[in-house]
Amino acid sequence: MTEVTLSNVVKKYGAHQAVHGIDLDIADGEFVVLVGPSGCGKSTTLRMIAGLEDISGGEVSIGGRVVNDLPPRERNISMVFQNYALYPHMTVRENLGFSLHIAKQDPDQIKIAVDDAAAILGLDELMDRKPAELSGGQRQRVAMGRAIVRHPDVFLFDEPLSNLDAKLRTQMRAEIKKLHQRIGNTIIYVTHDQVEAMTLADRIVLMRDGHIVQVGTPLELFNTPVDTFVASFIGSPPMNLVDGTVNGANLTLTDGTILPIPLTARGLLHDGQAIHFGFRADNLMPIGHAVDEEGEIITLDLTVTLTEPLGTETVLFTEFGGAEVQAKMFNPRPVIPGEAMKFQMVLDKCHVFDAKTGKAIRS
Amino acid sequence: MDRNQTHRNRRRALKVLHFSALFLTMAVICIPGLWIVLNSFRPTVEIMAKPPVWTPSFTLDHYRAMFGGAGEGGVPVFSYFRNSLIVSVVSTFIAILIGMSGGYAFARYRFKGKSGYFVGLMLFRAVPGVALSLPLFIVFAKVGIIDTHLGLILVYVAMNVPFTIWLTDGFFRQIPKELHEAAEIDGCTRWQAFWKVEFPVAKSGVASAAIFAFLTSWNEFALASQLTRSVGSKTMPVGLLDFTAEFTINWGGMCALAVLMIIPALILTFLVQKHLIAGLTFGGVKG
Ligand SMILES: Nc1ncnc2c1ncn2[C@@H]1O[C@H](COP(=O)(O)OP(=O)(O)O)[C@@H](O)[C@H]1O
Ligand SMILES: [Mg+2]
Repeated sequence: MTEVTLSNVVKKYGAHQAVHGIDLDIADGEFVVLVGPSGCGKSTTLRMIAGLEDISGGEVSIGGRVVNDLPPRERNISMVFQNYALYPHMTVRENLGFSLHIAKQDPDQIKIAVDDAAAILGLDELMDRKPAELSGGQRQRVAMGRAIVRHPDVFLFDEPLSNLDAKLRTQMRAEIKKLHQRIGNTIIYVTHDQVEAMTLADRIVLMRDGHIVQVGTPLELFNTPVDTFVASFIGSPPMNLVDGTVNGANLTLTDGTILPIPLTARGLLHDGQAIHFGFRADNLMPIGHAVDEEGEIITLDLTVTLTEPLGTETVLFTEFGGAEVQAKMFNPRPVIPGEAMKFQMVLDKCHVFDAKTGKAIRS
Repeated sequence: MDRNQTHRNRRRALKVLHFSALFLTMAVICIPGLWIVLNSFRPTVEIMAKPPVWTPSFTLDHYRAMFGGAGEGGVPVFSYFRNSLIVSVVSTFIAILIGMSGGYAFARYRFKGKSGYFVGLMLFRAVPGVALSLPLFIVFAKVGIIDTHLGLILVYVAMNVPFTIWLTDGFFRQIPKELHEAAEIDGCTRWQAFWKVEFPVAKSGVASAAIFAFLTSWNEFALASQLTRSVGSKTMPVGLLDFTAEFTINWGGMCALAVLMIIPALILTFLVQKHLIAGLTFGGVKG
């Protein structure tokens, strides 16, 4: 059983505090993704778990053992780095077997273990090459192979796919997920890409400025963001946010549009309160091109200003409530910019955020 | 069409210019060396002849004399060679050990006053070695290491360490720190991570530093001529002075000894040049 626990973990670089007391429980076999904008402390957190960075405060334990003062080699973890960090002077075979070689394992056993890992990752053909003779995707694979050879308790990944082109990234993403399903180890994965986080994670930890903003399954973060930061970070396109004020049982948006308060926020707002009204692009769809939805539906007449056809759907840009917002159209037909269309919106799926704190207001 | 023609002409002219400049530079560099080698095989009368003798004759007299007895213009070549070798090899080895540790520390660790130390080390290079010869002479004489291998080795280590630090710092800086981190995660101690990963990767850099240090020691004259005087410690460059008498200089003999001095340096450079040219391969990281 290899759960990883962080309690009140702090990292200071001199006067600068990079991580502000993080609490996190990661279950055995769980795939957790740390995600957030660049500089938010993801790597620092991961490196503290790995033992590559001193822990300024708090406690990290792996498998029930406090590891604060243990060097990396005694934590039984492996890590895949963004730049792969393959040993340039060694062949792929030597790279894969290095950890076992250091552990003074029997050469025959090393060979078996290395061949095993190579087979899993399809590296058989490349065993005698040096890293310089490999493509980016192959290097990535070798780095992963090096990580799995030693059967660690926990895998750590720090933006392993950032250096690959878009197509390869999608492909490797699926491979990482398959790998996890196959070996079932605990994985902690760092990325700044919310798509990677959504697709890979059992649970997402969204960070900002050294704090955890929200922890939850991908769908929890998508459907019930705790604040506007989460709402605009998760999901593509990001959630539309329109300014407004509370006016009795209604919301008045900047341009005077009046909407009823969504069900989940009713009774929690006070008159005159400044809010952001939030909704996803797939909750604003032209009638006839929408997924049928239950609940309180309102219709809107809007003018399309720009279209982005994506095949199965088209993203439509339009003006609503005094802001530019994005809508989606399923089973798309060609739309000319300037065309007026009738849109529908499911009010119950909309979000209200307090304008001052940015926090979501929902029951 | 016309423009193409002028363009091509200009390119051709540039090329000619380029090669002339290259030839001139190479000539400046190579001719003195060539002069030494050629003259070591010429009779003394030809070397200084005016007008010059254009069709040289070939003789091994200078070499014969040099290895001959003391009376016939011989010098203790083997002793000088041994002294040079001992002093250069030992001082290079020590300078590389110290310099590499220093270079690694500068490249990898943060510590107080780091840039100050670094600039300070480089400033040592600004002091002309000869200026130190008198103080060194006095100190060494007092300590009793004047005219010994040890004395020269100490001096050469001190001369070579700053440069080695500077050079290896550059090489280690180019190695991403993730390499040793990966090694540590793979089970290495910090020490193992250095010797098994970072050192092999920086090997060519260290080799170049070693060549420079070796050649500096091998060719150094100014300090060695002050600090050594007997056959037991004189190095080859100092040995060259054996060919100067009060009123005459035996150019042929001097050239012959100089050739013997150049050969080991050339051989060494050729042996290590593979490393120098290969440079660092950074296939291990993105690219
Ligand atoms: N070695 C360091 N010294 C000082 N500050 C650092 C160091 N490493 C990271 N930081 C700072 O810590 C913060 C978090 O960095 P990091 O964890 O690398 O962010 P990211 O989420 O992009 O991985 C950043 O503000 C960064 O500038
Ligand atoms: Mg990072």
